[in-house]
Amino acid sequence: MRTGWNVAEVISVKSETRQARTLRLRLPGLTGHRAGQHVDVRLTAPDGYTAVRSYSVASALPGDELDITVEELDDGEVSPYLVRQVAVGDQLEVRGPVGGWFVWDPSDASPVQLIAGGSGVVPLMAMLRAHAADGTDAGYAAPFRLLYSVRGPDSVFYRAELAELAASPLVEVTFIYTRTSPPGSSTPPGRLDAATLATSVLPPTDNPAVFICGATAFVETVADWLTQAGHSPARIKTERYGGTGTRP
Amino acid sequence: MSDRVSADPGYDYLDGNAAAGPLSELFAVDITGARGRCAHCGRTDVLATARMYPNSHGLLLRCPGCTEILLRLVDTGDCVRLDLHGLSYLELRRL
Repeated sequence: MRTGWNVAEVISVKSETRQARTLRLRLPGLTGHRAGQHVDVRLTAPDGYTAVRSYSVASALPGDELDITVEELDDGEVSPYLVRQVAVGDQLEVRGPVGGWFVWDPSDASPVQLIAGGSGVVPLMAMLRAHAADGTDAGYAAPFRLLYSVRGPDSVFYRAELAELAASPLVEVTFIYTRTSPPGSSTPPGRLDAATLATSVLPPTDNPAVFICGATAFVETVADWLTQAGHSPARIKTERYGGTGTRP
Repeated sequence: MSDRVSADPGYDYLDGNAAAGPLSELFAVDITGARGRCAHCGRTDVLATARMYPNSHGLLLRCPGCTEILLRLVDTGDCVRLDLHGLSYLELRRL
């Protein structure tokens, strides 16, 4: 683990949606990271005021580079800068990657159920990418499912790559569109509910490792539904983004 | 994880996961993956599952069972104070 603040260089930027951008950072000395970890980013204003925010790592890279995907919040202090202003060659103060609990362990052969609310897909994407890296540990042969609740097609992160990943017989990706359905879809948009959740995820009898990430209300509601449907709370790991979102 | 705004006062907390960065400056191992026992209600769980309340000068971790304070970190810039009296023990696995 790298502790304390380090200087990272932005080496590339990529738009994901109108509000979100992926930054690839180089952190000298970093030797890979675990899927699901996050970094803290600190911005310091000319008057010395600092703001620290945590961003999940989206990538599964072996070396000294990692990706964070940042969604701009209208009243955010840090995200507008990262989404609108930071440019290749700029430097950022970064702490981490850190976090040893909300991580996928490739030596675990269990099937994996990922559930994302909006930008909560970011650390789950790291897990999908790590799984697709195709190592020798038992976990690489495990089935992975992603249930991705998102406002509409325009809000989907990593759309093309998710389609490629879903071509694997081990990977299944299901979208729940809450506001706008894709053109031509016969399914009206609507929020995730307990019944849809139960039919969209791996059953409790498979004893999947479950990772849920999204706004706090989304995460709590989904975790409660899963527990009521028979999933063991001990198998459910959550990461909450805070009070910015809504229930499913 | 992302910028956060406490728009809904009922959900103004994050996971203990989010405390991993600040705590990584004090501990050689990831403490958020350790199991801790709440000194108030006796609930024992991984610190990553605690409720984290960030504030301008540090953070609080509260027990998800009884909401009492498990851990309080106050950072004054030149000094960091860690109050652990809400935890009767911490258990770390050797890797």
